[in-house]
Amino acid sequence: MELLWLIPASPLAGFLVLTLAGSKLTRGVVSAVGIGSVGISAAAAVWVMIAFLRQKSAWNIFSQTLWTWLDVAQLKIAVAFYLDPLALVMVLIITGVGFLIHLYSAGYMARDEGYCRFFAYMNLFVSAMLILVLADNLLLLYLGWEGVGLCSYLLIGFWYQDPANGYAARKAFVVTRVGDTAMAVGFFMIYQHLDTLRISEIMSKAAAAWPVGSSLPLIIALLLLGGGVGKSAQLPLQTWLPDAMAGPTPVSALIHAATMVTAGVYLIARTHVLFNLAPLAMNLVAVIGAATLLLAGFSGLVQKDIKRVLAYSTISQLGYMFLALGVGAWSAAIFHLATHAFFKALLFLSAGAVIHSLGGEQNMFKMGGLWREMPLIFWTFLIGAASLAALPLVTAGFYSKDLIIWQSFASVHGGAGFYAAALAGALLTALYTFRMVFLTFAGPVRTPVTHRPGISMTLPLVILAALSLFAGFLEMPETLGGVHLFSRFISGSLPEIPIKEGLEHLEGIFEIVSGVVTLFGIYFIYLFLQRMPGLSPKLSTSAVGTFLNRFWLQGWGFDWLYDGVFVRPYVFFGRMNREDVIDSVYDMIAWFGRTGYSALSLTQNGQVRTYAFGIALGVAAIMAMAVLL
Amino acid sequence: MVTIPVSHGLLLAGILFMLGLVGVMVRRNIIFILLSLEIMFNGAGLAFMVAGSCWGQADGQIMFLFLLAMAAAEVSVGLALVFQLYHRNNTLDADQISTMRG
Repeated sequence: MELLWLIPASPLAGFLVLTLAGSKLTRGVVSAVGIGSVGISAAAAVWVMIAFLRQKSAWNIFSQTLWTWLDVAQLKIAVAFYLDPLALVMVLIITGVGFLIHLYSAGYMARDEGYCRFFAYMNLFVSAMLILVLADNLLLLYLGWEGVGLCSYLLIGFWYQDPANGYAARKAFVVTRVGDTAMAVGFFMIYQHLDTLRISEIMSKAAAAWPVGSSLPLIIALLLLGGGVGKSAQLPLQTWLPDAMAGPTPVSALIHAATMVTAGVYLIARTHVLFNLAPLAMNLVAVIGAATLLLAGFSGLVQKDIKRVLAYSTISQLGYMFLALGVGAWSAAIFHLATHAFFKALLFLSAGAVIHSLGGEQNMFKMGGLWREMPLIFWTFLIGAASLAALPLVTAGFYSKDLIIWQSFASVHGGAGFYAAALAGALLTALYTFRMVFLTFAGPVRTPVTHRPGISMTLPLVILAALSLFAGFLEMPETLGGVHLFSRFISGSLPEIPIKEGLEHLEGIFEIVSGVVTLFGIYFIYLFLQRMPGLSPKLSTSAVGTFLNRFWLQGWGFDWLYDGVFVRPYVFFGRMNREDVIDSVYDMIAWFGRTGYSALSLTQNGQVRTYAFGIALGVAAIMAMAVLL
Repeated sequence: MVTIPVSHGLLLAGILFMLGLVGVMVRRNIIFILLSLEIMFNGAGLAFMVAGSCWGQADGQIMFLFLLAMAAAEVSVGLALVFQLYHRNNTLDADQISTMRG
């Protein structure tokens, strides 16, 4: 347990070494430092987990204070880590998936010029993310939160020679900053009213100070939700995530699928007491989640770029997590977060392997027939896709997503509307996921395979595939054996969800329904793309089809809307104010000075006689004044 | 003994001073400007003398001695400067030596 500090410190040390001495190191040493530091962190996380689970009494929360960060009047902030089941789950995901992705990157980025820079940023990211989830107070959490935002910016714009990548990076940074500002205001309000920033104290004080449904926790919860919405790419701040795919694929896998984007989910779960005090905010979380998962699902259906499909599916799955949070299914949300980290990282890495092998091709319509060419990648991708689509019984995604679908109806905060959205989302997920599988791997070969991934790329895929299949067995519904290892573990941090009365025995029926919906979706897209290939172009060239295709391809026109409402007016005012209106006042002062100078400098003509005349005139004037006055 | 009225003496001093001043302003040759300056000194000195004799005190004569000493010093420095100016510019025309123009 005492090794807790090492978990974030090791990647940070890796970052420092790579930044300060990176240019002098060979690629081998860079890989060793970059991957090794995260490996040490993962090993320390496993060590801490074993120690945590072996505690005799109930799972005690462990906290470790390293040093005092700030000490100003009453405000005392310590650099302290706080380990409870929720934090431990997050740490294991971040270090485990992070390690695999670092390993994969060694192969993926092998020929890139910025090899060292890449690993430096990735290490910094892992460190910041770990600080975020382990933080004992909100200020330290904010440090990690902004740290991951910075790394996200740096890595989206990693290939900075292309201005489009820089634009995508700035967009991600600015859009998430909107949410972060709201969140910071929320933190200020918490400190103002509760006099502390320590999370555990906030939770106990808030529950004691405020009754359920009062306005203060509602405002604070909404502000925190703003931060979560920005980071987790939910409506209405979801526009940055599809563009974030401009970064290298391992970045998309680690930051924009597995870890950073789940920070919003983590934040809401961490401050769940505040949300429990504000039922309205809870409801809003669920509504945002439901709306986002549908919107992103439809957009995912028409994308051409394989990474953008995955980006929209990430938004959609994050929508599921928000829906689960909103109906109070805390443990289901975190469980889906975990399984999503596995299968989405797997999908991104497999897609990366495909893109790598086809020499950078990302358009699915130019891929095809790869199942014969690259069988291993095909199987790992298929496993990831099946897990994403929640193929019943065998995949982890089924157990986590099904839990959310069930609880969106059965929870005391749930309802039929949420259930319908979740079920429709499941159908959409099956459709767009297997559309991607069929387009990429089935059909004729459209682009030849140029090189094949090495062992450092395939090994993480195999491990993640295994996790995507078997991680679900940690939590199984009553009808399928009733394993509750995960929810029992996480109940150390998050309360269990009360189920509506008289619904307990219906869980099996709900599972069958969602399973059938998924299977129907897969079968339908199989028929649509494989059996009746003529139907797809016919549909997309019809008037409605063309409109929907364009509308969804551009993500429901949000970019267009924000461009018109915010970006263009801002640029317009910027252009109007290019000369700086306020500055013109000071320019005027300078103008007076300059004009006065040039007027007076005319008198300095270098002619002694004129000066003498001036002096005589002055004396005469003074004397005249002395006489007259 | 016929005493000269103070007003006459001061008038003469004023005329001398104005002559000098006009000379400074209208002359272009630096040597003549210096000469005109000496005349202005003497005008001022004469005013001191007249005032001293009017009050029956020696202060005016002492001031005139100071003035003579100062004028001698001024002339020596001034002539050295004139010499340098001529050396550099090959002219004594004050209007042409206007390199200190602002």
